[in-house]
Amino acid sequence: MRYSIFNLLRQALAGHSGWGPAWRDAEPKRSYDVIIVGGGGHGLATAHYLAKVYGIHNVAVLEKSWLGSGNAGRNTTIIRSNYLLPGNNPFYELSMKLWEGLEQDLNYNTMVSQRGVLNLFHSDAQRDAYARRGNAMRMHGVDAELLDQAAVRRMLPFLDFEGARFPIQGGLLQRRGGTARHDAVVWGYARAASDRGVDIIQNCEVNGFLRDGARITGVRTTRGDIQAAKVGIAVAGNTSRVASLASLRLPIESHVLQAFVSEAIKPFISCVVTFGAGHFYISQSDKGGLVFGGDIDGYNSYAQRGNLPMVEDVCQSGMALMPALGRVRVLRSWGGIMDMTMDGSPIIDRAPLEGLYINAGWCYGGFKATPASGYCFAHLLARGERHETARAYRLDRFATGHLLDEKGQGPQPNLH
Amino acid sequence: MRIPCPFCGERDLSEFSYLGDAGYRRPELGSENIEEFYETVYLRDNPAGPHEELWYHAFGCRSWLIVTRDTRTHEILAARLSKQAALG
Amino acid sequence: MSTNRIAGGGAIDRNRPISFTFDGKVFAGFKGDTLASALLAAGVRLVGRSFKYHRPRGILTAGSEEPNALVELRSGARREANSRATVTELFEGLEACSQNRWPSLTFDLGAVSSLLAPVFVAGFYYKTFMWPAAFWEKIYEPAIRRAAGLGRASLQADPDTYEKAHAFCDVLVIGAGPAGLAAALSAGRSGARVILCDEDFLSGGRLNADAREIDGDGGAVWAQRTHAELASLPQVRLMMRTTVFGVYDGNTYAALERVSDHVPIPAPHQPRQRFWKIIAKRTVLASGAIERPLVFGGNDRPGVMMAGAVRTYLNRFNVTPGRRIALFTSCDDGWKTGAALAHAQVDVAAIIDARNDVHPDLLAEAKHAHTPVMLGAQVLDTQSARGVSALLVRDARGRKLRIAADTLAMSGGWNPNTALSTHLGSRPRWSEAIGAFVPGDLPPFMSVVGAAAGEFSLAGALNTGAAAGREAARSVGFEAPASREWQVDEEQSGANSLWIGSASRGKAFVDFQHDVTREDLALAAREGFKSAEHLKRYTTLGMATDQGKTSALNGHAIIAALTQRETADLGTIASRPPYTPVAIAALAGAHRGRDFKPVRLTAGYAWAQARGAKFVEAGEWLRAQWFPLVGETDWLTSVVREVTAVRTTVGVCDVSTLGKIDVQGNDAAAFLDRIYANLISTLAVGRVRYGLMLREDGMVMDDGTVARLDNDHYIVSTTTANAAKVMQHLEHARQVLWPALDVQVASISEQWAQYAIAGPRSRLLLERLLGNALDVSNVAFPYLACAEFSWQGRPARLFRISFSGELAYELAVPARQGEAAVQAIMAAGETLDVVPYGTEALGVMRIEKGHVAGNELNGTTTAADLGLGKLLSKKKDFIGRVLASRPGLNAPDRPVLVGVTPVNRMTRLHAGAHFLSIAAQPALENDEGFLSSVAFSPTLHTWIGLGFLSRGAARGAERIRCHDPVRSADVEVRVTSPCFYDPDGGRLKS
Repeated sequence: MRYSIFNLLRQALAGHSGWGPAWRDAEPKRSYDVIIVGGGGHGLATAHYLAKVYGIHNVAVLEKSWLGSGNAGRNTTIIRSNYLLPGNNPFYELSMKLWEGLEQDLNYNTMVSQRGVLNLFHSDAQRDAYARRGNAMRMHGVDAELLDQAAVRRMLPFLDFEGARFPIQGGLLQRRGGTARHDAVVWGYARAASDRGVDIIQNCEVNGFLRDGARITGVRTTRGDIQAAKVGIAVAGNTSRVASLASLRLPIESHVLQAFVSEAIKPFISCVVTFGAGHFYISQSDKGGLVFGGDIDGYNSYAQRGNLPMVEDVCQSGMALMPALGRVRVLRSWGGIMDMTMDGSPIIDRAPLEGLYINAGWCYGGFKATPASGYCFAHLLARGERHETARAYRLDRFATGHLLDEKGQGPQPNLH
Repeated sequence: MRIPCPFCGERDLSEFSYLGDAGYRRPELGSENIEEFYETVYLRDNPAGPHEELWYHAFGCRSWLIVTRDTRTHEILAARLSKQAALG
Repeated sequence: MSTNRIAGGGAIDRNRPISFTFDGKVFAGFKGDTLASALLAAGVRLVGRSFKYHRPRGILTAGSEEPNALVELRSGARREANSRATVTELFEGLEACSQNRWPSLTFDLGAVSSLLAPVFVAGFYYKTFMWPAAFWEKIYEPAIRRAAGLGRASLQADPDTYEKAHAFCDVLVIGAGPAGLAAALSAGRSGARVILCDEDFLSGGRLNADAREIDGDGGAVWAQRTHAELASLPQVRLMMRTTVFGVYDGNTYAALERVSDHVPIPAPHQPRQRFWKIIAKRTVLASGAIERPLVFGGNDRPGVMMAGAVRTYLNRFNVTPGRRIALFTSCDDGWKTGAALAHAQVDVAAIIDARNDVHPDLLAEAKHAHTPVMLGAQVLDTQSARGVSALLVRDARGRKLRIAADTLAMSGGWNPNTALSTHLGSRPRWSEAIGAFVPGDLPPFMSVVGAAAGEFSLAGALNTGAAAGREAARSVGFEAPASREWQVDEEQSGANSLWIGSASRGKAFVDFQHDVTREDLALAAREGFKSAEHLKRYTTLGMATDQGKTSALNGHAIIAALTQRETADLGTIASRPPYTPVAIAALAGAHRGRDFKPVRLTAGYAWAQARGAKFVEAGEWLRAQWFPLVGETDWLTSVVREVTAVRTTVGVCDVSTLGKIDVQGNDAAAFLDRIYANLISTLAVGRVRYGLMLREDGMVMDDGTVARLDNDHYIVSTTTANAAKVMQHLEHARQVLWPALDVQVASISEQWAQYAIAGPRSRLLLERLLGNALDVSNVAFPYLACAEFSWQGRPARLFRISFSGELAYELAVPARQGEAAVQAIMAAGETLDVVPYGTEALGVMRIEKGHVAGNELNGTTTAADLGLGKLLSKKKDFIGRVLASRPGLNAPDRPVLVGVTPVNRMTRLHAGAHFLSIAAQPALENDEGFLSSVAFSPTLHTWIGLGFLSRGAARGAERIRCHDPVRSADVEVRVTSPCFYDPDGGRLKS
């Protein structure tokens, strides 16, 4: 049934008995045109665009646990396209454009809220770096404004402007940035893909690849072998694990990133704010919880949980930025596993094995990329060639030196 | 997490900084082999399980340690000085 | 006054009355009360409003699991939203306000949302608000956000202070109920270092709530006696008001001590709270159990309470929540409340048990107390709007009847409090025997005892606790003396099976705070949200401030039943730290405001401050940015003057923040050859060379100077920003890459103060300063010379290096002599018109000279990009050499360093602008690079800039644009060499 206020009201009168499952819980078939490994946002978005844009409906999405159980359900929900490098900026802007039409595309309210993303700067050098970034955005038609301290103060008067160790000088604002409801993105893509014939199969873990010589012909799973002409993996966080099943080594490390939510309080933070003198970002959800986070813990991990030094670092930065946070309480903290690449940018490319395709390396920026990642991966799977805006995300760029290093940290994943 | 520094004793995670895979073997001096360097620098082990990795006791004795740690549980299985390990 | 206060020997001090306010109205309680017990004593039942439907809510529990009775505590900058009245210790003058209501608690307009409840079902917002798209941010979302949240943040900086502390112990015991006290006692008697934490301000746990006997004494008396013995043991630390809220790797436990939350404001020099990191060799988890509500119509009304909480209020606080109390239970423990009420001579309207058969002893006891009993019966609904006045009950024969009661105590059994056993990732295990989840695999070195382990009897709690405490101590080398078993009064094991009611009239709530009803769960199941996590996320079950402590299991049991699965198979959601919410300020500790990060000061800081310097943050350092003279109000005036002075007379600048690393050893030269891209080993003793360092990926990492003091002794300098990074890099190279090399490195950044003395008169100044200590003539001490010598009886080092482009030196002295040295420099230069200069003038002069700095060394530039390609030695291997040859790092169109000057020389340039050809449209594909550093050059009387321009080397004198839309600027510039000043370097060598 179509989601609309009309149907909602009609169902309200009928005790909501008419709503069916949001997506079909499918049994695996013996073979598909395309198998997507990973039922997170990227995998489901890929399936949706494969079916909708590229007309490929005989598709299965395999999820080892419940849909959205990885980073799709663990992130801090921020969407933005404020990137510097020409290899990144158009891709994230494509994503932003897809976000802007997502609800109508999916017939699902994913609560895309363009409340603005404000990156604060605290030094002249940082201002110059943000100006450079903002100018790059503007040159691609992306909105960007460089605010001075007074303008920041008008937006967020409760930041520390008086006693700060690193005084706020201003900020780079992208008004079209904001947040989206992360779980709804998963469910919305799942529902839309399922409606177009995609099989969504939960509790189906891939534990091997079917091969015909150097060619991948399907996957081995906990629910049996499944054949496919093409297999795409979209399992960020676990890419190394899955790729190792095909004996592939990738320029990726798995790192844990923690995130935090506070008790629900009356909304007072209007936009997404990032601190420039420490690693900290915060926004307030439509339920009232402050959603915030910081840097990755910094060591390889598959444990989906972190440790106290980063908890403290995040809260210290939060207090340095916003001393009014002091008596607000952390309600929950959790961790997700990030695919950290060696230059901080993702990979959407063919694997060195025929029939296998990789969507990986999202570092801690995967959520905002979900629509474009799915779109470009679907393009790659359907056409066999890289999508125009994702052409820089080659797997061989590390070998050739065509790196996409926004932060200039070099081949040290825990610094990106 | 607490790391047993062979020199200083067991210390908190916050005293250390992390480099990663301790299998890092720089090609011989004078090597011109880009492929070897690429693999050394970019293709690091990333197992789910025991992992030999380099940690630097930055706020301590400044030793580089080879720590064996399970990446699924964060359990520390062993720690030794890198220099000693290399020289035997 | 106290309408509901009864006689008894609880844990309140009737000699110490306390007055407090709730919603502005004055009330009285006693020392030992919580806000909840005092409100109940005063007959206040309506305390708050729920999140979604704004339903009237009262006090449900007597503990930290409270979902309903949340208030705004204190006022002004100390206002704390969502404070649980049930754990708020009463203090004189306490101010509390109800929240999430307007205009008042009793008349809340938000309650109209309950009229829309048929629409506002779980997940309704995913199905609507989509059209038109622009309305989401403008109309729908603002409306949702107006309704969002519970309490209000203060919006002011928190005025209190917070501390962090570490503690180490042999045995950590979490929970000071009977099991925890017994564990702490046996471990403590062994001599082991024991820490016992409890979130409550009174030890004893349920012993304060239940009238039990241990060794013939009341349980509460035993608890206080045990507490006293523990307090007398020197190796035992008792930490009350301390919640262990998280378990982390390495046996690290996070705990929050509420040092001052029970007083109006912290005493002078006392923190409000203290965040502890406890490292424990062994841990005994004795966190007790949490009672489950029953799910039936109207189970959320004020006056519906947990049966165990009713006993707590009766026995500990001597408060009866009502005058005529009914009981609805599905387990044996609920009957204890009936007995306790009867004992306190409170009218028990009925004991309604959903089970058809119960233990005869229970029936006998009820009969003895003349309490009506209904077996196989269910409460279907409660009345009235703002608090219970009657119940609608269906009896075993299906008859519906109305029972008048002002309070309904309910018990659905108890859930072991497993939270801390799961923080490291293990999942609780279903126990059919007790109809609840018990801890699964435990974290390393943890044992779990008492009710937390599903052992609900008092004797079991004491004995498992004592045994675990003894075993924990023994395993770390402390032998506990044998102790006899405690004698407790008679008790039944007590059936605790899970029962989920089905029939109800009216809304039956599962998650009280978030207003998740049984119907919401059914809808979620219909829509396919059947896994525990999907259910949580779709309905918000368990996401409220109590993290599902009272709601999760009921929700999962209901969804299991709806989807024909076993609760055991469905599992439960993971509990995440913190166990109870923790103030962000507590986790930040003292690191806020100016103390956010340490401040590093150079030895010359006080001198610069006395000269009126304006300081700037350079990482953690504070550096003098410029030295305004009296009357100079604008930074540019001061900086122009400083630059001019250096270029014409002499200036002095504190460069102590640059990283300084001492490198020694027989292989030091070979080592530095591998570190630096250019050749170092050929450097003669007494000479200095510029050094460029690459990362292994071929990008430039840092630059600086290398001075050779002796055959096996070098001093290398780094940029201020990269000092620690380079040090780590050198240690890595030395210990990991080439451990066989005989070389040692030590950071000496802090040990030496260093001053640049620059300008045509700098040699004159040094001659006066150093006298006979060192011959600084051009012949004896030419450009790029260095020397270590004795000056005024102490070691000193002089380097003839120049960042400014003038004849210049850097003088290094031991840090302790730093301030004296700079004063001596100023004195020696007084008649030479010496001026101090800061980082701005330094920056202007380095741009005039085309030297690269942080803006250019951004981690993405190669040596060739910086115009330093010819430095890369072909005679040796060095870090970064091979990967620097990758095609991507040598693409012909890579932007390379150029200088630019505006066509109109006074037009201001801005770093961060992008380069475009004159006629090109602003578009990414036309982007040709960017402007990285700019300055107004007083020497050349023009703005100048450095930047990276595609194919820049071949574009001399071309006109291009600096496109800067974020500052609405578009400046036409001419491309030049990056070196604007004295390109031949004649001044350096003069």
